[in-house]
Amino acid sequence: MRVIDVAEVTEKIRDMSIESNYNVDPDFLARIESAKSSERSPLGLNILNQISENAALASADRVPYCQDTGLSIVFADVGQDIHLTGGSLESAINEGVRQGYRDGYLRGSVVNDPLRRENTKDNTPAVIHYRLVPGDRLVLYFAAKGTGSENMSMARMLKPSDGREGILRTVVDHVFESGGNPCPPILLGIGLGGSIEKAAQISKWSLFRPLGRPSPDPLVAELEQDILNAVNRTGVGPMGMGGDTTCVAVHIETYPCHIGALPICINVECHAHRHAEVEL
Amino acid sequence: MSRVAGAEVVEIELPLREEVIARLEMGEMCHLTGVIYTARDAAHKRMVEALDRQEPLPFDLRGEVIYYVGPTPPKPGAVIGSAGPTTSGRMDAYTPRILDAGLKGMIGKAGRSRPVIDAIVKHGAVYFAAIGGTAALLSRSIKKVEMVAYEDLGTEAIRKLWVERFPAVVAIDCHGNNIFEEGFKKYAAE
Repeated sequence: MRVIDVAEVTEKIRDMSIESNYNVDPDFLARIESAKSSERSPLGLNILNQISENAALASADRVPYCQDTGLSIVFADVGQDIHLTGGSLESAINEGVRQGYRDGYLRGSVVNDPLRRENTKDNTPAVIHYRLVPGDRLVLYFAAKGTGSENMSMARMLKPSDGREGILRTVVDHVFESGGNPCPPILLGIGLGGSIEKAAQISKWSLFRPLGRPSPDPLVAELEQDILNAVNRTGVGPMGMGGDTTCVAVHIETYPCHIGALPICINVECHAHRHAEVEL
Repeated sequence: MSRVAGAEVVEIELPLREEVIARLEMGEMCHLTGVIYTARDAAHKRMVEALDRQEPLPFDLRGEVIYYVGPTPPKPGAVIGSAGPTTSGRMDAYTPRILDAGLKGMIGKAGRSRPVIDAIVKHGAVYFAAIGGTAALLSRSIKKVEMVAYEDLGTEAIRKLWVERFPAVVAIDCHGNNIFEEGFKKYAAE
């Protein structure tokens, strides 16, 4: 049995929280770069240029790309042949967040309770999803999730009769109504199927996929492409002020569901797409 | 910084004068220079509670501009951390009261509610949109920071900022023209 000291987890979470906040996903920035040639709105193009300029500055100066340094989201894939020592995994992850947000001059954006709303000052606790997997590896996925986009996320229980068209219409209408709130250009993570919480969890998980990589299921990949095209015809554009560049990619994850259900969750991600992963 | 093709960037000195506001048109790129105040969710809640109790506010709102921002902590030697706009819609519940008290300008991101737009028109105010997520870039326009009130709120405290050529777009002008209602029309396919 492989032994891993959770102190190693703390160190990795610390480093990922800092690095991802200074250096957003380069694939996202590349998509913004290529969108510039087709963006018809002069203001939209100006915004895309400001976004590129901001990314370069944040990396060079090692400062946060966005002042909302996010809620810390962690997916921990725990190999079932691992023995973790040195304390609780949950405490180790939260200690990593605490150290990273302190040492990286990141903003504490978490309140202790949804009603009392006192800032915890160190961005803890993280939202953690554990998955037990075969093998003797521990894989940690970290995301700093901005709330402008998170607030524009939604779950709905569609009817099976709504089908593909209903899914498409739901997503496009939702993106249009969200306007500039989620800071377009956006990435759409969509969870389809399962139960309400499963749809939400896989919609979040889909954001960790390499940007723009199609679903391995051709039926799903086609739907991803159709949603992407339709969303970019809404005219919402950069920051919701009009234009052609509303969304850079659509990632759909699916799960089997009840005969009477078609759950959908749309997790919206802003252009501050901050994620990292490490294998121990 | 880059400009809107074929359009001049409007240079604006703060505080906002009425004749300047009257000339601003939806969609214009501007550079703001002068003093602005930061306030977001928690500070707005406290200000409106103070107004309800008929207590004085921590600063005189009349003629001023509020920037919806909660900056990151400054690195040693820096004036301020990263400081981009937050979602303005969360302030909508409070904004008409704040405009009644004399506020003339707001900087944030994304759309506003109908009561806010009506209050902007009624008071001859203006709403600017800064580019969400460009916080490292925007912080470069902030030259000086002073704590004003509600320091216990941390990032949500009210701060006085001296800005130079702070880039923003006229999103809702004093006539109620709203880029978030108009901007998409030209680019929508159907």
